[in-house]
Amino acid sequence: MTAETQNTPILILGVGMTPVGEHWDRSLRELALEAITQARREAGGLKPDVLYVANMLSPTLSRQIHLGTLLADFAGLRGIEAATVEAAGASGGLALRQAYLALLSGEAKLALVVGVEKVSEGLSAEVESALTTATDADYESVHGITETALAAMLMRRYLHEFEAPADALAGFPITAHANAVANPHAMFRRAITRETYQKAPLLSAPLNMFDAAPLADGAAALLLARADALPGSPPEPAVQVSGSGTSVSALALHDRPDPLAFQAAAEAISRALKAAGLKPEAIDLFELHDRFSIYAALALEAAGFAPRGQGWRMAQDGAISLQGKLPVCTMGGSKARGDTGGATGVYQAVEAVLQLRGLAGESQIPNARHALIQCLGGSGATAAAHVLSRFEAK
Amino acid sequence: MELSNHWRVKQQRYSLMGEVCPHCDSKIFPPRDICPDCGEDARTLHAFSGKGEVYSYTTLYDAPSGHEQQAPYMVALVRLDEGPLVTAQLTDVDEDSLAIGMPVEMVTRKLRSSGERGVLVYGYKFRPRLQTA
Repeated sequence: MTAETQNTPILILGVGMTPVGEHWDRSLRELALEAITQARREAGGLKPDVLYVANMLSPTLSRQIHLGTLLADFAGLRGIEAATVEAAGASGGLALRQAYLALLSGEAKLALVVGVEKVSEGLSAEVESALTTATDADYESVHGITETALAAMLMRRYLHEFEAPADALAGFPITAHANAVANPHAMFRRAITRETYQKAPLLSAPLNMFDAAPLADGAAALLLARADALPGSPPEPAVQVSGSGTSVSALALHDRPDPLAFQAAAEAISRALKAAGLKPEAIDLFELHDRFSIYAALALEAAGFAPRGQGWRMAQDGAISLQGKLPVCTMGGSKARGDTGGATGVYQAVEAVLQLRGLAGESQIPNARHALIQCLGGSGATAAAHVLSRFEAK
Repeated sequence: MELSNHWRVKQQRYSLMGEVCPHCDSKIFPPRDICPDCGEDARTLHAFSGKGEVYSYTTLYDAPSGHEQQAPYMVALVRLDEGPLVTAQLTDVDEDSLAIGMPVEMVTRKLRSSGERGVLVYGYKFRPRLQTA
């Protein structure tokens, strides 16, 4: 790789997404096509050289693998390179990472990423079982463990070890729901109060209904390009992938030296910030993966925005609200937009692009220049982080 | 496929057979052949005592396939006396009497069943440690 190929900016020229929800009337390929079509149209109809599909549940719930080829074919893109990228709930971030690397290397000039998940295909027990395939089959899921139960145990230990009040994590779903009200693509567009949180039914004590994001159907897409592959200067306002990082820790929660430290997230975020040449203070908004409210607290701590055991306080005192010093989940996050499994990282990127273009409507963070996005696979075992920045041509 | 998989890990499931690292003396469960602490080869077998204490726990109501008949059931992360954490169900205990730090011990119970013709999977669970006379 020459210095020149390394240095060309990697731009996001087009984005697309479907509303998140129960799309009974639409198939996985139809959802994906809608997002792909939007992203390509925004980018002036450009044809990508490569397609990366982010998905985690299709092999179990839809009995369909081979999504790279299926979706390239369905989108009229026969002849391009295509493959699925799977890293459980972090698939979207890893697929974006693969597109970024393909473009940086010069092997591709234009890359398409689509995250798609079709959760409503399965019954509740089937979906729970499918989700547990992201855990250690021999030593976690054989015991009947679920992702919800793992999060509940982390939450109990967190509240115990840091002597936090029972409703310490309430601020995360309250913020997410407030931010989703203005998002037309969100699943739950109504605000909730602290009292609603306190009275919510328990799913797996101490974790209640509002501590867990709902899983739902949806697709989101990004069309990326090397800046030097475009005929002229990119259409304004363009967005650049300014940093990218991923990491893994032990797959099983019990195998991590400190289960309350999201080590993979810490490493991924620090790599992405370093690549972007930015300090955490430069970040204007943080789209973190609030699959469970405890994951939001641990992500803030992993990123260094809060000291260990103190992440919950940022939600308590408004620091993560739209007007706060570090707005989080500005369009509802997984909790209120809806969690689309392996597509989550791509939704986060689309939302960050809207913020950086100044097109986030009532959720707009004034003059947003740098957005950090971070998604997790399993109980924090895999993490992907990206810094997206407003692109200013020199 | 499922049969041979369960057969392969029977020593772990029935007797908490793990490993000890000959280089740094770290106790390893489940066995993984490369020491997670020092990165060296670790294949020396080591049977765990089965004693430990509750690191955290919860109750599961929405069970995945194969566990529906057991629901609701309690699961825990147990800190074994030798160091490692393990994930397992709790048995012979009331939720109200459970607490972080409670001493527990390993017992062998049915983990999972998959229909009349399916495999019955047995393995470790943990119960409150019985007082010995």
